[in-house]
Amino acid sequence: MTVNATPTPGAVPLATEGYKPPKATHKARVLPGFGLSLGITLTYLSLIVVLPLAALLARPWEHGLDGVWQTISDPRVLASLRLTFTTSLLAALVNLFAGLIVAWVLTRYDFPGKGLVDALVDLPFALPTAVAGVSLCSMYAANGWVGSLFAPLGIKIAYTPLGIFVALVFVGLPFIVRSVQPVLAEFDAEVEEAAATLGATPLQTTLRVILPSLAPALLTGFSLAFARAVGEYGSVIFIAGNMPFVSEITPLLIVIKLEEFDYAGAAAIAVAMLSLAFLSLLLVNALQLLLSRRGRA
Amino acid sequence: MSLVVENITKRFSDFAALNDVSFEAQPGEFLALLGPSGSGKTTLLRLLAGLDRPDTGRIDFDGLDYLTLSARDRRVGMVFQSYALFRHMTVAQNIAFGLNVRASKDRPSKAEIQATVQRLLKLIQLEDLGKRYPSQLSGGQRQRVALARALAINPRILLLDEPFGALDALVRKDLRRWLRRIHDETGVTTLFVTHDQEEALDLADRVVVLKDGQIEQIGKPLELYRHPQSAFVFDFLGTSNQVPASLSDGVADFGGFSAPVVSPKALSGAQTVRFRPFDTHLLREGPGFEAKVLSLLPAGANLRLELQSPTGQVFETQHAHDSEASDLCLNDTVYLRPSKVYAF
Repeated sequence: MTVNATPTPGAVPLATEGYKPPKATHKARVLPGFGLSLGITLTYLSLIVVLPLAALLARPWEHGLDGVWQTISDPRVLASLRLTFTTSLLAALVNLFAGLIVAWVLTRYDFPGKGLVDALVDLPFALPTAVAGVSLCSMYAANGWVGSLFAPLGIKIAYTPLGIFVALVFVGLPFIVRSVQPVLAEFDAEVEEAAATLGATPLQTTLRVILPSLAPALLTGFSLAFARAVGEYGSVIFIAGNMPFVSEITPLLIVIKLEEFDYAGAAAIAVAMLSLAFLSLLLVNALQLLLSRRGRA
Repeated sequence: MSLVVENITKRFSDFAALNDVSFEAQPGEFLALLGPSGSGKTTLLRLLAGLDRPDTGRIDFDGLDYLTLSARDRRVGMVFQSYALFRHMTVAQNIAFGLNVRASKDRPSKAEIQATVQRLLKLIQLEDLGKRYPSQLSGGQRQRVALARALAINPRILLLDEPFGALDALVRKDLRRWLRRIHDETGVTTLFVTHDQEEALDLADRVVVLKDGQIEQIGKPLELYRHPQSAFVFDFLGTSNQVPASLSDGVADFGGFSAPVVSPKALSGAQTVRFRPFDTHLLREGPGFEAKVLSLLPAGANLRLELQSPTGQVFETQHAHDSEASDLCLNDTVYLRPSKVYAF
């Protein structure tokens, strides 16, 4: 049992100083089962996550380090990695703003059809990605509803990186909305009112008070949307056009390698992708930690 | 005249939260809004802060029509019941917030803001905790930070919503004294909401008693206590025993014994009269209200007795520890005689 109450020298305590209840250890809990639940957790994670990834890591080395390096330093692979990660990042960034606004509207206002709108948000979760890909493609092709509006301007959406971006925005939206919504719903109205009485404009209240409180949730949503976008396959291949060096995403390249029976090459690209994704998530987690240090100690 | 509230009415859909409320506050006055929950006191505070708008009425401050000003232009320091601190900001950043959000032409320099924060941290006796986050503070400390944050904008009026509601009894009493001292030092007109009559009487220059959205009585604590204008005020301010009596010429007759009557109006005939626990004598022999001693407990400087009459009515009385009451035992029969009663 630890008590984190550090008496501050010099201060005249009027009230009892910051006392924190001792952190409950598993021994102090009412419900037993720490050993069992941890055992299940570790076994499950090993089987579902660690083992397949370990197998993947073991796979690419049959042509040695050189073989792996040659596969992933292939300009076509590098171009696909660049495309996959930059479009994913851009899509997640756009969703960060759009998703925040959707979550805001859904929590702050009451309007007819709100339930329907709320349900619509989940549709990209539920829809088979191939279905999404086909419908997006028909919408954004030069002769589709939306595509025909942009075609006269010389902007092609389907079969270009722009099309990939559209598909990734589509699949990423629910992640931001669903991470931010509960936090926004629980936001104490009195905090906003306090900001107003202290002279803050609505914009200042939003930027200085509300957004910083949402930052951890936004970051979580962002990283989920980003991770989903990096791994997205089904919806993208229909709309991307899949031209090497231009609109070919890495997951597709892996499938191509597999179809050529180049299992080691496919695994090498997969490992490269895995490490990049892992690094990105690590970065996000570090940011998250930094945010949670502030005020949520 | 500093704050003038006139004929304020506020309805929420079908119920009137405030009904024709009028009162004034002198410059630098410390005013308590006292009432049970649902009496409209928090609504009144929110109207003053500009967080809600009244349906009718007028709110003026030093000739300024407050109803034309938004919450951010009223310069009202509001301390919320939940404190409403900004969790992602340090204590110092919380306090500086009201200064930092000012338009650049009105904003004090960084050094001035720093100095103000230091001065306020000293005032709330948390000089060393400026870098802490609200989650690292105790309830009483958060309360003080919320107060400092409100004071930083140099408010015209300070409004406190149940300032001690969430604190334990000991911290409460400390903070009460301290708040009074802060008020006397800063001299800012202060209104605070409370449902605790002891707190209101102990702290305020004047107390506004609210009931069901209407003002029952306004007065200095002693005035209120000695001359309550209604049965509600009397009952709300302390323990009240009720007995029937026949009134005439300012004397209550109980049949065989009597007591002088304090009343805002001249009453006569059969009335219910009320008396406080300490306005009583206990005698071994009648006349008096016959009762059995139900419990006998110390209540601070006094002895608190619960007595039950043969009809089942329970009286509460208080007596000095060294009075004859201390010789009583449980189930003794005594005769209770009020020495002063109130009638409305």
